[in-house]
Amino acid sequence: MRYEPAPLPGGLAGPPRPSAEARLEVRDLEIRLGESGPDVVSEICFSVQAGEVLGLVGESGSGKSTVALALLGHARRGLKICGGQVRLDGVDLLALSPGDLRSARGAKVSYVPQDPSSALNPTLRVGTQLREALRVHAGAADDIEARVREVMSEAYLEPTPEMLRRYPHQLSGGQQQRVSIAMAFACRPSLIVLDEPTTGLDVSTQRHVLETVRSLCQSYGVAAVYVSHDLAVVSGLAASVAVMYAGRIIEIGPTARLFCEPLHPYSRGLISAVPSPERAEVLTGIDGQQPRPGRRGAGCSFASRCSFAAADCRSHTPEPVVINGRTVRCLRAWEIRPESAARPAVADGRAARLAAPIMSVRDVCASYGQTPVLFDVALDVPPESCVAVVGESGSGKTTLARCIAGLHSNWTGEITFRGAPLASGSRRRSKDVLQRVQYIFQNPYTSLNPRKTIGQTVAQPLEQFLDISFKERSSRVVQVLEDVSLGGDFLSRYPDQLSGGERQRVAIARALVAEPDLLICDEVTSSLDVSVQAIIVELLRRIQRERQLAMIFITHNLALVRSIAQAAVVLRDGAVVESGPVGQVLERPADAYTIRLMEDVPKLRTGPGGPAGWDTLAGRHRADGSPAQPDIVG
Amino acid sequence: MAVNIPATPAVSRATPPAASGIRRHQWASMLWAAVRTQRGAIGLALTCVVGLVAVVGPLLIPHSPDALVTTEFARPSGSFPLGSDFLGRDLLSRVLDGGWLLLVMAIAATVIGVAGGAMAGMSAAYLRGHTDGIIMRTVDVILSFPQLVFALLLLALLGPKLWLIVLAVGISHAPQVARVVRSATLDISERDYVKVAELQGMRPARIMAKEVLPNLIAPLMVEAGLRLTYSIVIIAGLAFLGFGQPPPAANWGTMINENRIGLSLNPWAVIIPAVLIALLTIGTNTFTDAIARVAIGVERRPEEAALISDLGTGVAE
Repeated sequence: MRYEPAPLPGGLAGPPRPSAEARLEVRDLEIRLGESGPDVVSEICFSVQAGEVLGLVGESGSGKSTVALALLGHARRGLKICGGQVRLDGVDLLALSPGDLRSARGAKVSYVPQDPSSALNPTLRVGTQLREALRVHAGAADDIEARVREVMSEAYLEPTPEMLRRYPHQLSGGQQQRVSIAMAFACRPSLIVLDEPTTGLDVSTQRHVLETVRSLCQSYGVAAVYVSHDLAVVSGLAASVAVMYAGRIIEIGPTARLFCEPLHPYSRGLISAVPSPERAEVLTGIDGQQPRPGRRGAGCSFASRCSFAAADCRSHTPEPVVINGRTVRCLRAWEIRPESAARPAVADGRAARLAAPIMSVRDVCASYGQTPVLFDVALDVPPESCVAVVGESGSGKTTLARCIAGLHSNWTGEITFRGAPLASGSRRRSKDVLQRVQYIFQNPYTSLNPRKTIGQTVAQPLEQFLDISFKERSSRVVQVLEDVSLGGDFLSRYPDQLSGGERQRVAIARALVAEPDLLICDEVTSSLDVSVQAIIVELLRRIQRERQLAMIFITHNLALVRSIAQAAVVLRDGAVVESGPVGQVLERPADAYTIRLMEDVPKLRTGPGGPAGWDTLAGRHRADGSPAQPDIVG
Repeated sequence: MAVNIPATPAVSRATPPAASGIRRHQWASMLWAAVRTQRGAIGLALTCVVGLVAVVGPLLIPHSPDALVTTEFARPSGSFPLGSDFLGRDLLSRVLDGGWLLLVMAIAATVIGVAGGAMAGMSAAYLRGHTDGIIMRTVDVILSFPQLVFALLLLALLGPKLWLIVLAVGISHAPQVARVVRSATLDISERDYVKVAELQGMRPARIMAKEVLPNLIAPLMVEAGLRLTYSIVIIAGLAFLGFGQPPPAANWGTMINENRIGLSLNPWAVIIPAVLIALLTIGTNTFTDAIARVAIGVERRPEEAALISDLGTGVAE
């Protein structure tokens, strides 16, 4: 079956819906760098109904936050909103005078930022900040005190006087974020913009905050735009999803359909990069980088990373087409058969081997100054296998890794490596141990010296650990760079010329070139996009297998554990609550904490299992056994 | 209807061009960036003009600067374009001859001050503990003396010798440099690449030299410029107070002092040296200011710097 693309009339909206009842209608929004600079985002069109959440997803730099801020009539410094309309209940916010826009903000449109600890004023009490929002907008509430109590209980905060008298630093991260959500809902706005509001929160807290958002949106009938890089979160919250790439919406449609049968190769790539906590699957990432503003030439901006790209894709800019209830910008969307996002399972029958552990940790207690952080932690790493250490922030997982690596020396207990006990600090360890145990840091933006070339950085361990000739050294550096899929032409580059994923590959190469026996990976993917995370995880898995490395993989992301580790250790408040083979820990968790973690981790709903309304949609297409019919409008 | 999926994804590994000016010779690119600003160009021009007078001047002297050639405080005339000084020596010759030593001494004092201060501040911040305590308390003690008083104290104790002036001014600069470098190093010491080097068993001295110091270039350049300005002022000031070269030698600072009694007879004898010193310090200070503004841009976090350069030149300040 092959469908001929039909030209669409005029500008186009998101999913074809009666636009009369849309609360928010965005048309042809365009934001540029300065008056005449290159466009940062353009041709942004979507609409959101009352009580509905639209998820705005994409890699970092795709322009999703820029669009979110434009919904409040705001552009970051240097950017300028150059065209389009943001119609809220029929009123174009972008056409308002500065004074009218100011009074609309907070009252009609409100914003929940990413980091509540910097969004709340640390010198004002919670109550004062909540009342302030209501006072500024006269007429928002007749009885301010009553409204504050009401909105607090709606945001699942105790509306007690003690709570109102607290300062932001006396609240937990989740409570802080609920306060900013309560502030956003206080004046009963028509539109609420949430910019990654749960990114810094633990999974359990995240789940509670998401539930708060969902119930508030429904009970108030507000339209919500939820910006997130986390597809799993969006899949559970949003009714429809817009996928952004290089400043454009490349696919928009109902959540269930989009996640079941992504049409655009980019959406497909993003979805198959999301790890699942339920199955051990091979993750496929998207290689390459998205073009930046001003460097998006002719043709489809995704063509250079797309495995479906044809000659046309590089010369013709795809116009949006409506297929099966979704609007897609892809020339070949008609040909590429929608496929379910099923991924091959990891063919890995290896259980943790019974051989003597290469590294074992016994009764380790660590503290920062007088504050104890770890309590009697025990951990075994069998040779050639990967042990995941899982825990929420503050669980002590990074401290444990730093104790093992020798970066943190204030601990007691015993850590043995190949049978020999390790000294507490790296300065008291032998060169051999330092070489055999390599550590990869979380943030590739700070783990590479900006003044050194990639070649110098990767050669450094060789200079330190091995006495080999310059020629031998350079050939090993080139070889290890090829091992991490970078290649020799990266030798003379500097870190600032590399993307986050490339930097992390350099960091991995630097660890590998020392030929370690044990690799400690401390949250190595948490600062990367999900598409890059998948590439890094697959790279680590391959290298671990090829080089028969033992690995300790520290993560807060339960879903990742499944894809990479054979054994898992769950930490809570500095103590091990559960450990064992991955399958056992994740599928049949025995400890109440692990059970709660597994329940709370957001899961990408790509098939049956979502809310009832989604199943019917998803099931219908599968029942046909054929790609869904395109609904051509116009 | 089958879709041909290429066996290997056609992924181009396009790499972005050099995003920011952070390169091996970062000091050079920073200087160049500073020169290209209006502020930097003016500062450099002023410094160069006065510097040229001081450096090339001794080669162009019409009369011997020490020879008594005419009457005291003679007004400018044909053979003596700027007139004469309090002993009747040719003023132009003395002006041309009196700058180079000031400049050399100021640069030497700056080098001593910045190098010493950088080493002290970096060691204090990186090594922490007792080293930090000892160094920074010493710094506090030196800082409690005003710079000029500190230099005068050393000169009064050990006698007015040129090397001692340079050393005294250098030492009086070091604590201020140490403070700045210490705070910058504290930040850099926490970066992961320093931890990586520690995990590779690198010795502290090497870590400071290879990992920390190259990342201190921006604050060090600003400090060097600032300290040069102060050095010129203090050394000229000491000369004015009589702590400089012994009498027959020409020196801008000394000239202001010895000729001020004849201000009404030949004002140029005071004005010219004073203006030259003023122009030199204004020039170095303005240029340093331009470097500091460039440095703020360079010192942003790398990802931010990359973003800023991506956003291009169209961004409004």
